[in-house]
Amino acid sequence: MKARPPTFTKFRDVQAELDASGAAIFRSGDGEESLVIRYPYSINYIHSYAEDSPFFLALADGKLKGSRCTKKGCGFVFGTPRGHCMVCGAATEWIDLPNRGRLHSWTTCHFGSEAFLKETPYNLALVEFEGVGSLLLVRLKDAVESDLFVGMPVEARFDPNPKYSITDVWFVPAR
Amino acid sequence: MVKRAYDYALKGIPNLTADRIDGTRISYFSDHFSRQLKAASMVQDYLGMNPKGSVRIEWGGATGGECFQAAYEAVASGRMDVCLAAGYETMSRVATWKGNEFIALASDTNFDFPLGGFYTGYYALMVVRHIYEYLRLRRFAHIKDEREAQRLAIAEGSRIMSMVSVKNHRNALHNPYAQYPKRLTVDDVLRSEMISYPLTREQICTMSDGAAVTVLCDEARAREFTDKPIRVTGVGCGTDTMRLADRPFGKVPLLPHEKASDYADLPYPGVHSFRAGRAAGREAYRMAGITDPNRELDFIELHDAYASSEIQTYEDLGLCRYGEGYSFVERGDPFLKGIDYGFPTPRAGAIPVNPSGGLIACGHPVGATGLMQAVFAFWQLQGTVGKHFGDAKLQLPKAKRGAIHSHAGTGSSVTVSILERGFP
Repeated sequence: MKARPPTFTKFRDVQAELDASGAAIFRSGDGEESLVIRYPYSINYIHSYAEDSPFFLALADGKLKGSRCTKKGCGFVFGTPRGHCMVCGAATEWIDLPNRGRLHSWTTCHFGSEAFLKETPYNLALVEFEGVGSLLLVRLKDAVESDLFVGMPVEARFDPNPKYSITDVWFVPAR
Repeated sequence: MVKRAYDYALKGIPNLTADRIDGTRISYFSDHFSRQLKAASMVQDYLGMNPKGSVRIEWGGATGGECFQAAYEAVASGRMDVCLAAGYETMSRVATWKGNEFIALASDTNFDFPLGGFYTGYYALMVVRHIYEYLRLRRFAHIKDEREAQRLAIAEGSRIMSMVSVKNHRNALHNPYAQYPKRLTVDDVLRSEMISYPLTREQICTMSDGAAVTVLCDEARAREFTDKPIRVTGVGCGTDTMRLADRPFGKVPLLPHEKASDYADLPYPGVHSFRAGRAAGREAYRMAGITDPNRELDFIELHDAYASSEIQTYEDLGLCRYGEGYSFVERGDPFLKGIDYGFPTPRAGAIPVNPSGGLIACGHPVGATGLMQAVFAFWQLQGTVGKHFGDAKLQLPKAKRGAIHSHAGTGSSVTVSILERGFP
């Protein structure tokens, strides 16, 4: 019979052992022992942008698109496009958004989800546009924590090599 | 884990045997954490509940609160006489930052997640604006330099959020079920690692493993099972847009004790407040006949995933006016009497919030969390905290009516339930 896997009480030690040998025993605070193994998981999704597709295609052309409710008397303007109006339910039409706006709020992430850890620190910002009823969440680059404030003027930049992702657009402090 | 909680619950109710349970509602948040779909069936199976009826409940961070209300509805509708609400989460199966990634998949995967999907980042965006609205524009209105005024306002907000963290961690020193009891100071909290500016590690709850169960039944059976039954007198649920960026700027839905003139110039909810929390509170209060929650509730167990969202929630639930959340903390209203927090809390005991230690100090095993709050509120109202904790320090002397509040996403769904003592 093979030897029993080694026992650990700290989770990070268990992880190290799993990476090394694939099995370990974890003893919890109340003394229960569990055999734990590696269980990897990866998958490629076929992700559809569906009715949001024109927004992402426009980013690749260096344009920022919002949408506007087509119903008379409503006409709500969306900074993040929606196919139908969230106020009255009517269909919306595509509009061009201005390339400049202001910070509605901001933060600097020093940690993040695993997928983004290597990009830390990064800034997230909610941008408000003149005459637009809702906001747009973006990355804010070329600025550090101490530069940023609510109301700061910012402008859009576009990736010349688009990946068809919301990261194809980012904002920087307005020049 | 769930079995252990279930056995503990049944041990306390000698007249309740498994055959008298008509069915269950079982909650866990994410299939990703254990990579086991339909895990609620395994809970049902392991508890020996087959072939009774059961439904799995999932509603993001509010999963536990929603499960409680689903069980309430099963009984209130007459479908069941006795319904078991059981919830759990095992979040230790992946590393912390992978877990954050799973949770962030509860934000819009077209527009939000790819930017650096991270809930602490989203809550930081919300509190930076909350601080702007209520500290910059009010407490620091006299300062002309915009950057300077905002820095001072954020420093002030961070100090007050840290007081909330100290409260919850120190309350938890008397709760053996809390996973992170700590005797922290405001400076400890401020100096802990910066996660997403301005939120530091000790202002944020921890993903954890845990389970909780509650038994809901009709009044006749409740009186048979215990001489200290607790009545559910109000339930409420509210929702808001999936994306933060879509939150409108409209009028505040008022609670009975508020006036429209209180909020004449306030764009609402924007990203600084939770309209879903306000809607859930309004529905639950109306049903329970509560017109001034600050006066008519004896305590609240609320969803403090972040110290910031605890302060925002005071306002949503009408414990104070919008804009008064920070001074509400400074005055000491949500603190417990008789506990030393290391700073003055003149109005301690006015309306204790998270006497258990909340999510920040107890941990946030999502599917169990809302039920954990229900259990703590149940013991609080029964007057049995000392019995279950082995320490009566957190027992409120005259608790007759309390609220529990469970919150999901960036505030995209929230439940509020009102519990009251059903015995003299």
